[in-house]
Amino acid sequence: MQKALAPEISTWPDEQPQLIGSRCGDCSATTFPTQALCPRCSGDKMSDELLPRRGTLIAWTTQGFVPKLPYAGGETAETFKPFGVGLVQLDDVIRVEGRLTESDPEKLKFGMDVELTMVPFYTDADGDEVITFAFAPA
Amino acid sequence: MNDVAIIGVGLHPFGRFEKSAMELGADAIQLALKDAGVGWKDIQFGVGGSLEIANPDAVTRLVGLTGIPFTDVFNACATAASAIQLCADTIRLGKYDIGIAVGLDKHPRGAFTAHPSMLGLPAWYAENGQYVTTQFFGIKANRYLHEHGISQRTLAKVAAKNYRNGVINPNAFRRKALSEEEILGSPMLNYPLTHYMFCSPDEGAAAAIMCRADIAHRFTSQPIYLRATEIRTRRFGAYEVHSTFAPVDEDVAPTVYAARAAFEAAGIGPGDVDVIQLQDTDAGAEIIHMAECGFCADGEQEKLIAEGATEISGSLPVNTDGGLIANGEPIGASGLRQVHELVRQLRGQAGDRQVAGNPRVGFAQVYGAPGTAAATVLTV
Ligand SMILES: [Zn+2]
Repeated sequence: MQKALAPEISTWPDEQPQLIGSRCGDCSATTFPTQALCPRCSGDKMSDELLPRRGTLIAWTTQGFVPKLPYAGGETAETFKPFGVGLVQLDDVIRVEGRLTESDPEKLKFGMDVELTMVPFYTDADGDEVITFAFAPA
Repeated sequence: MNDVAIIGVGLHPFGRFEKSAMELGADAIQLALKDAGVGWKDIQFGVGGSLEIANPDAVTRLVGLTGIPFTDVFNACATAASAIQLCADTIRLGKYDIGIAVGLDKHPRGAFTAHPSMLGLPAWYAENGQYVTTQFFGIKANRYLHEHGISQRTLAKVAAKNYRNGVINPNAFRRKALSEEEILGSPMLNYPLTHYMFCSPDEGAAAAIMCRADIAHRFTSQPIYLRATEIRTRRFGAYEVHSTFAPVDEDVAPTVYAARAAFEAAGIGPGDVDVIQLQDTDAGAEIIHMAECGFCADGEQEKLIAEGATEISGSLPVNTDGGLIANGEPIGASGLRQVHELVRQLRGQAGDRQVAGNPRVGFAQVYGAPGTAAATVLTV
């Protein structure tokens, strides 16, 4: 079966999953993931907020080597395939850092439209497929 | 408040050694004492910085158990800046007349790592492959190059310059010149940054002895005045290393605030600076920090670097000792290495690396996780 790397940060397995952030009731600052105190005004009026699914790519890079533990991908230097990483602006609400399904610098463009997706990441010790969030060109 | 003078500096070479971190620190202290012409018994207090060593004050076992107050600090890449600031402020406030700041470290090979919870980050951030410091530098450099019309070759020029400066710095870790082609052709770690555009963790130690400025001439004919050290953390709006998110409304990086505050406290502007040390964790960081510290406008670096402005012989010499790219980064010592080089430059003792024209003002900047920066201003 499938399970999410971090079940608490998204509404998956909804058909159109959304990331879950917090919104400040006092100053309307938005965070991802959720947090109890507002990083902008230090207030405690934070409530859960479902983040928009679509956005634009503000900045990006590629990850060209296997990250150190506790990276969960489990690849070796031989099996590792570089992946893209980007900062994505979801509507005018927030910018979220996440993996990109595209890793080719020739195909990644500043300002390109992207959409949240859930992608297979690795298979855990129980044989379950662990999925994670990523942004795909839209 | 007292003014503060640096009367002695010492540096153990950076690289890989058989000695313990504590022994590296003891060597740096001995060199600083000799440089200042004082004995350990003259030192009234100490501040020690390290990541790997929990108690840098244990160096007193090697240099003398004189009973002095000795405070240990850790502030990531700003660790040495924190040691410098605490040492200087203790003298400014009149608590003691003469003290030492020492930084020492000995890191395992490969990029720095710690459990994400140590930085208040959720475990998934690391499990997902985002908890990689070099990744952030790739994102920041890529965006900066794109927005300000800077070429990837300019990144290679910066790295090549720092390796070249390392060749003429006997204390440097990397002492081999690399061509721009070799740098561009090395493995892509985080686009647009290749392997040879990054510094690596290593080992080393550095120390600075400071005193009340009004007594500095008892020890040296060439005191160097520590005019300001300012530390700033990220504000809401800044997108910094190890961020799960950033607000839509941007604020500038903590380096901008630290540099402004240091220049204001020193009563000096960026245009007065003759020799510069910047945090070049990667070649892109050096380029970006030039603008963040106020030495040029965003985008001007392409032309300045092509013209050789940041070379030792240029109008804006940056990282004359090879910076982090040639020296590596023993975290606790790195900011004190910068100050060591500036003191040598301002005294006219930098040998083959000496900036011409009797430099009078030096500037040093550090930046690291989780969005902490420090800026230091020195004058003759
Ligand atoms: Zn708020």
